[in-house]
Amino acid sequence: MLGASGRTQLQQLARDELPGLYALAWQLAGTDAEDLVQEALLRACRNFEQLRDPKAAGRWFRVILTNVWRDRLRKEGREPDEVSMPEEEGFSLYRTLVEEDPLPYSDTLHVDFLGAFSEHDVHEVLQRLPLRYRAPLVLRYVEGFSTQEIADLLELPLGTVLSQLHRGRQRFERAMWEYSEESGLLNEATQGSGTTPGSSRSARGPAHGPAERPATGVSS
Amino acid sequence: MTDQIRCRDAVHQLWGYLDGALTTGNQEALESHLSWCLRCCGELEFARELRGLLQRRASPPLPDDVADRLERFVDHLDDPSGPPNPTVDHRS
Repeated sequence: MLGASGRTQLQQLARDELPGLYALAWQLAGTDAEDLVQEALLRACRNFEQLRDPKAAGRWFRVILTNVWRDRLRKEGREPDEVSMPEEEGFSLYRTLVEEDPLPYSDTLHVDFLGAFSEHDVHEVLQRLPLRYRAPLVLRYVEGFSTQEIADLLELPLGTVLSQLHRGRQRFERAMWEYSEESGLLNEATQGSGTTPGSSRSARGPAHGPAERPATGVSS
Repeated sequence: MTDQIRCRDAVHQLWGYLDGALTTGNQEALESHLSWCLRCCGELEFARELRGLLQRRASPPLPDDVADRLERFVDHLDDPSGPPNPTVDHRS
């Protein structure tokens, strides 16, 4: 049991981190995100005395959440690296954009293309990646963990993490290209410079919140 | 004198370069390549933008109903009357 002041401090720190924890949990566990956050909070409560610097609470909560997620996968007999995927070597979104651009080349084509992706679109693209690639990408480029920290968190050799990051980046690029073709984003990006981030959402249908999407597991 | 690398090798290393994760030798070879290859400079700038996109737009928002439930869960953390139930409450 924590003392009254410790309990109040934990609750305040946890409240501040809820949006970030939920975002990470969603990327790792899909529709199990809320449950994952709750379990991580319980573990944080049990180990609160280990947090020496409240300024490090954000990182501390995220480490705990990732550990809980990893332990869950193991308990269920799953591993984030269980899916064998073909190589993506050689795909370049940058070159593909130039080669497939239906209009005369524009100096701002690449920026326009990326600018057409709303938060919703980026979520959708990430959810298309197998978890073995999505998890390291999110931990590295969204949460800012170092590659060695990711290796420690996932209990994988550093070389495996580096390899998953490399392949994950290429899969992410390919998934962005495929998504842009399917959703019409590519045409929007190449038609006029007036496209602003997220402005095209209404033209493609209503936005969906994370809780409305189907579950995504390790085999996605 | 650094080893000369091909465009394919250069592109392969761009994200590692942006991460500051290349060895000194690989970094020098890549920078030497970038000093004359405009296309790979474009690839580098695109990789930088793509990395930024991930950082800025990859975090899904916390839905209001989920936020309410999690707030209540936090309110009862370490509650002397009993621990909160970790099962998601779908009734509210």
